[in-house]
Amino acid sequence: MPLIRNFPFFCIMLSMMCGIGSAMLPGRIARKVTVALAAVVAALNAALMCHLMAAGENYHYLMGHFPAPWGNELRAGPLEALLCTLFSLVLLFSALGGQGKVKVQVDPNKESIVYVMLNLVLAGTQSMLYTNDLFTGYVFIEIMTLGSCALIMNRQNGRTMVSAMRYMIMSLLGSGMTLMSIMLIYTLTGHLLIENIRQSVEVLYMSGQYHVPLTVTIGLFFVGLGIKSALFPFHTWLADAYGYSTPTASAVLSSIVSKAYILLLFKIFTRMIGMDVVVGLHLNDLFFAFGVIAMIMGSLSATHSHDLRRMVAYSSVAQIGYIYAGMGMGITAGLIAALYHILIHSAAKSALFISSSALADASAGSKRFSDLRGAGRRSPVAGVCFSIAAMSLVGVPVLGGFISKLVFSQAAFSAGGVHMWVMLLALAVSTLLNVLYLFRTVITLYRPAREGFTCTVEKPDGAAVCAMVGFVVLNVLLGVLAQPILNVLTTGFHLFM
Amino acid sequence: MEMFATHIEEVVAVLLFGIGFTTLLLHRNLIKKIIGLNVMDTAIYLMFTSVGYVEGRTAPIMADGITDAAHYINPIPSGLVLTGIVVSVSVTALMLALTVRLYRRYHTLDIDRITLLMKGEDD
Repeated sequence: MPLIRNFPFFCIMLSMMCGIGSAMLPGRIARKVTVALAAVVAALNAALMCHLMAAGENYHYLMGHFPAPWGNELRAGPLEALLCTLFSLVLLFSALGGQGKVKVQVDPNKESIVYVMLNLVLAGTQSMLYTNDLFTGYVFIEIMTLGSCALIMNRQNGRTMVSAMRYMIMSLLGSGMTLMSIMLIYTLTGHLLIENIRQSVEVLYMSGQYHVPLTVTIGLFFVGLGIKSALFPFHTWLADAYGYSTPTASAVLSSIVSKAYILLLFKIFTRMIGMDVVVGLHLNDLFFAFGVIAMIMGSLSATHSHDLRRMVAYSSVAQIGYIYAGMGMGITAGLIAALYHILIHSAAKSALFISSSALADASAGSKRFSDLRGAGRRSPVAGVCFSIAAMSLVGVPVLGGFISKLVFSQAAFSAGGVHMWVMLLALAVSTLLNVLYLFRTVITLYRPAREGFTCTVEKPDGAAVCAMVGFVVLNVLLGVLAQPILNVLTTGFHLFM
Repeated sequence: MEMFATHIEEVVAVLLFGIGFTTLLLHRNLIKKIIGLNVMDTAIYLMFTSVGYVEGRTAPIMADGITDAAHYINPIPSGLVLTGIVVSVSVTALMLALTVRLYRRYHTLDIDRITLLMKGEDD
């Protein structure tokens, strides 16, 4: 086996080792280790992606050379490698961009814990993407839960502790349901390995046996992972958790952690159950309905909020709705649109969180819109970063959000019927609402400051400027290189199945 | 009804899961929420072990030199339960630590009261 094929394993182990090592290092060094690790992981995954794209294949990796039912198995393809590359880049920029805030808001003795958790989140994300074993997926769900809860409560004040508690409670309900559904699928099929489950499910579905238990199991998976990824009616923990923790934590939670759960669900639906079975049992309509409602309700909540961070947090609910709606259309084009939107949202949302914290710094630490007037001029880099990311989410051409909305509508047209009309209508309404709250914010940032408003402008540190420039480049590249990326996603998706 | 009699473990497990789930979701007291979490997890482990158990067979430990698989119960669910227990212990520990912190700060275990008190203070 060529060396490059060991990369997924290397990346996961490296992240875990760095996580353990960082616990013993002082915060300053732990930060450097984390940043270096994220860069290395991004490079390794990018190399793997190029290699697999050139070879046009995916492969099974046997841990310790034990074949599957006895050993643990990874499965890597271009799709997983691309997603891992982007997530590690986002983590890199989030860690860099939020480091100044981490120094201020986190107890100096516990600074390294932030970086331990970031490493664990990176390890968990990659494992969830690469694993081919359902139970390994569950174990890493729990590791991610612990890691993200610790990320929220790293900044110790009343609000973060309460929101960490709420996050934990909701998350554990989700994990409980996921474990229950894993148990049910094991009872139904007798397997934990994803491909074996697929074969058994196919047989059960064809022979018409156990349709009710199968439906219940898929429903439990959906609700369990839906709670954890902040799908609309289960998103109550989200605003406080993202609104009050450190900017690094909010960026990583919204753009990596919730995406990892969605991708695990994606894997369960497409590769493990099979989209034909899901569509046959009409469960994709459940996805679609929840997704469309989230698209509208999330944006409505965002227009109501008076606090910048909370607005950005609520906009995540809407964007996650897009992803679920895309998955719910029940056709390949919809799934690919959902994958592309995962990339776009990941890059844009973390940029919004990091730059909004820099903008608040330029406005005497206030996150209210009335104080943020003119912040874009007081802190030019943050202003540009925020505007680019906001424009990407709204769907201004050249940027990624535009392409994503384009592929969503194309998918809607090929889906036809009710799905088409509902999706197009929801896209239109949601885009309008996006314009309403995101452009309003961008305009606010460049309006002259309120009469008599004076503040000391804290300049963002060098690392934060680098991170924000990185975010701008990432967001623009995702739009400019849309065609190659969509090619990788399409090829990767067919190999993924 | 016969099904209920022959699958008593599964029925009990589902009931316990429901009890644990609602306690974790709805109870106001943090400690009772944690108890609910443990009841919920234990219910799943009960279900797992009852799925793996085969009447009249022994634990999958090769002591008497019997290599025939038909002599032993299915070891995989037991293995999963072990992993699950480790996970739920660590989650419980974190929840308890968080509860201690919240209690020290607000002197109550009632999550609704804590939320009210939190809204009263500045951030």
